[in-house]
Amino acid sequence: MIAAFIALFRRDLVLGARIGGGAGVGLVFFLMLVTIMPFAVGPDMALLARIGPAILWVAALLATLIGLDRLFQADDEDGSLDLLRMSPLPLPLVVLAKGLAHWISTGLPLALAAPFLGLLLALEPKALLAVTGTLLVGTPALTFIGAIGAALTAGMRRGGLILSVLVMPLMIPVLIFGISATSAALSGTIPFMTPFSVLIALALFALVSGTVAATLAIQNAEG
Amino acid sequence: MRLVIDGLASIRSGRPVFSGLGLVLEAGEALAIMGPNGAGKSSLLRIVAGLLPASEGRIQLEGGDVDTPLAEEAHYLGHRDALKPSLTPLETLGFWQSLLGRPLETPQKALEQVGLGHTANLPSAYLSAGQKRRLALARLLIAHRPLWLLDEPTSALDAASEVMFNGLVMAHLASGGMVMAATHAPLGFACRTFTLGGRS
Repeated sequence: MIAAFIALFRRDLVLGARIGGGAGVGLVFFLMLVTIMPFAVGPDMALLARIGPAILWVAALLATLIGLDRLFQADDEDGSLDLLRMSPLPLPLVVLAKGLAHWISTGLPLALAAPFLGLLLALEPKALLAVTGTLLVGTPALTFIGAIGAALTAGMRRGGLILSVLVMPLMIPVLIFGISATSAALSGTIPFMTPFSVLIALALFALVSGTVAATLAIQNAEG
Repeated sequence: MRLVIDGLASIRSGRPVFSGLGLVLEAGEALAIMGPNGAGKSSLLRIVAGLLPASEGRIQLEGGDVDTPLAEEAHYLGHRDALKPSLTPLETLGFWQSLLGRPLETPQKALEQVGLGHTANLPSAYLSAGQKRRLALARLLIAHRPLWLLDEPTSALDAASEVMFNGLVMAHLASGGMVMAATHAPLGFACRTFTLGGRS
């Protein structure tokens, strides 16, 4: 079972990295959103530094939404999902393997790029560290919340829009605690760990509930 | 080992497709499911594969491991070939072998059996429709499953490939396997025929 899990995880990583995989699309979108912000806001360094963490977080959230529609749709279209459902690997583990591979190829690069893009927004080192840390914990939460919508819209043409509308409200708590942990690290009125612990809890909750909900959605797609 | 289907009924979006369907498939036996478009041939195969819920009835594989669900005792070859354009045939089969378990042939040997040995390292996007179908057929050879559920297996195959396919099926039957194939054209191997009714 572990071999099957690893095989699926590796296949999705390879597919993401090859031509047509779309792993880089979200990252490029993230890069574009963050680089145009200083032009829109103007050359006010203090203002940019103050709203920088929020810009990075909003951009990361939107970039996560971009590739999500293909998470199960690609396998549904070519018939692979039928075979995955029949395989000895339990469906929740199929969803988990695909979700983790999707996070590594789309979510993790966002967190790793954040400190470099933060420089463009004149963030101080402490803020860079806080944004990167919160994104590292927050992006898997976004991916697995999104997996629910991806599973519900897998059989739909142009399901991306409905997916975004479905999962965006569920992502707001992650955004709130991601940002508040970052500002806690900067202002120091409340300890950093208070909102950060809630963010970790949200990520763990999303990992479990997203996997279960997506599994149910796939199981009941036809009837 | 034998497959027993009893009193099976399927209702899809409120419309009855078939009901009271019963049949028995013995080891080493092939069954061709015939019938007009919309008679429920594909639905029947998908229900046996566990991909669609049956509205009533019972499907059982007698003589198999009681703990193994029927879906894990069956290969399902649908209309779609379940191939990724950017993976090579060798990678595709290697992946399915690790995922499905109970390995039979090595991926390279399976490719040679379906006549794709020379394209082993070419991305599947470059294969023709017939070659893609043959690659999908090769998946049946890499993992052991007693029951093969084939939906229009010979579509896109040329005459020579059809002979090759018949050989694969006959070898599977000779080793005690079972085959259920939905088809319009007569199949090139000995099989019983089961006809599903037309539109009601």
